[in-house]
Amino acid sequence: MEKKEYKIVVGLEIHVHLAARTKLFCGCELAYGQPPNTRVCPGCLGMPGVLPMMNKTAIEYAILTALALHCKIPPFTKWDRKSYFYPDLPRNYQVSQFEPPVGMEGFIEIPSNDGGTKKVRIRRVHLEEDAGKNVHTLGNFSGVDFNRAGAPLLEIVTEPDMNSPADVRALALELQRIVRYLGVSEGDMQKGHMRFEPNINLHIERGGQVFKTPISEVKNLNSFRSLERSVSYEAARQYEEFLETGKTQQVGNKRTFGWDDVREATVLQREKEEAHDYRYFPDPDLAPVKVSEQWLQQIRRRLCELPLAMQNRFVSQYGLSAYDAGVLTGDRTTAEFFDRAVKLGADPKRVCNLLTQVGLKIANEAAVRIDELKITPENLAQLARMADAGTISATAANTLFEYLARHGGDPDSAAREQNLIQSSDSGEIEALVDTVIAEQPQAVQDVVQGTKKAGKAQGFLTGQVIQKSGGQANPKIVAQILSKKLAALKEGG
Amino acid sequence: MAREIDESQIRQAAQLARLELNEQEIALFSRQLSAIVQSIEKLNELDTKNVEPLIHFLPVYNVFREDQVRPSLTNEQALANAPDHADGYFKVPKILEENSSA
Repeated sequence: MEKKEYKIVVGLEIHVHLAARTKLFCGCELAYGQPPNTRVCPGCLGMPGVLPMMNKTAIEYAILTALALHCKIPPFTKWDRKSYFYPDLPRNYQVSQFEPPVGMEGFIEIPSNDGGTKKVRIRRVHLEEDAGKNVHTLGNFSGVDFNRAGAPLLEIVTEPDMNSPADVRALALELQRIVRYLGVSEGDMQKGHMRFEPNINLHIERGGQVFKTPISEVKNLNSFRSLERSVSYEAARQYEEFLETGKTQQVGNKRTFGWDDVREATVLQREKEEAHDYRYFPDPDLAPVKVSEQWLQQIRRRLCELPLAMQNRFVSQYGLSAYDAGVLTGDRTTAEFFDRAVKLGADPKRVCNLLTQVGLKIANEAAVRIDELKITPENLAQLARMADAGTISATAANTLFEYLARHGGDPDSAAREQNLIQSSDSGEIEALVDTVIAEQPQAVQDVVQGTKKAGKAQGFLTGQVIQKSGGQANPKIVAQILSKKLAALKEGG
Repeated sequence: MAREIDESQIRQAAQLARLELNEQEIALFSRQLSAIVQSIEKLNELDTKNVEPLIHFLPVYNVFREDQVRPSLTNEQALANAPDHADGYFKVPKILEENSSA
């Protein structure tokens, strides 16, 4: 591949829908896919004379997320009105947080393409209310639905520390895992729980000088795919534009683009003549928020090990592959289920295989979380130990996992009931080996004489012994005893 | 120090607030607002070096509501004061550029 002569520089603004039960400033239910204007009240419709009341859960979720993103939490924050006119904004102002935000100067760690991790700085995290939704199904008119108006949105702004479309995608995915781990958002892309706005430009080196192209902001991307593609597209477009025009970044030449999903291209949005003047001022209807050290401690207790840290630990501490660790840490329940079983003394690789090959399949089919199956981490650990000890075969372990997932119970008694205990009794196996040797003189001869069929013949004999045991003889022990007996015959013969 | 709020500033403020003002009103508001700003600027004579900025006029903080669902209006109630509605939506003039504001 030819060496790129430019560096892509991307910062990201992310809006995350918080999984509170009610809106930010009123008790209307947050429910997706309801008939229009049925989750609204005078408050979120912007009627005169109403008083907003702050949702405590929403602000705690915001602080919790800011903490997970290693932000400083200012001891004091307040609410500001951001004024502008748009049909989906009922009060003609949006309640947001200008200065100071809930959290600032943090960072997020994302997987980098060399297999390590990369730090992306977080500039700020703040809470604000969402707008309503416009529909265009009314012919020459538009319709407005305010069910979403006032929903608590967390806005997260990164510094321009990402340098490829893959970086941007990795950050979006990592943030999705984090908010899900924390339980502050479902992070469901289909429901618009996460929206992205990348700011993109290029640093082009020419003769020892660095030229920076004008910044493009792409609005309202709601899938990982469109996010990644829009960054690739903009990088290529800006490079071409630079070659043609030589234009560089200046104050006031940032442009706003939309993303056309069908054409897979960014589209320049018409800019209004007037510069944005949001006239921020503190909302007199809302009391400021003091974040005491004590309250912060309470919230801090709800933090958990972050997904990427856990993924890396599964690799370094348990020796899993990066792929397996990624699958297991896809959601917090699975990751913790796995971790607990391993901490109970089971072999990580064995537990991982049982979980990824059987557990996740069953859970996905039933559309439940792994901890909603009837098997416990204790059961799983025991099952893994039984397989390691040879008490049950690997196949039987899978069968038992499936059985325990559906019915629950103790793996040992379940194995007995299902006749899945593997025999390692050498006396018993020896007798079976003798019988098979007596019954299969041709195969025995092949092995003893070392014909080219010898390998195949020995496998056949092993199979015969296991079959005679009803599938319960431990294959390792069968192979040992058989080899010993055949070797004796060879010497004797 | 007298500060003038000139007519172009009035026009811009009116534009931002979506107010339609006629020429007499613009002249009137320019005069009145200039007078208001001048009297407010008198406060600048005070030394406020050691005064914290006022964020809220009441010394109250952390007024929260528990995250519990309360009844919403019915769709009929919600639309009762709307100039126009259709299919349960507030009906508004066609919105051309589709970029949600938040």
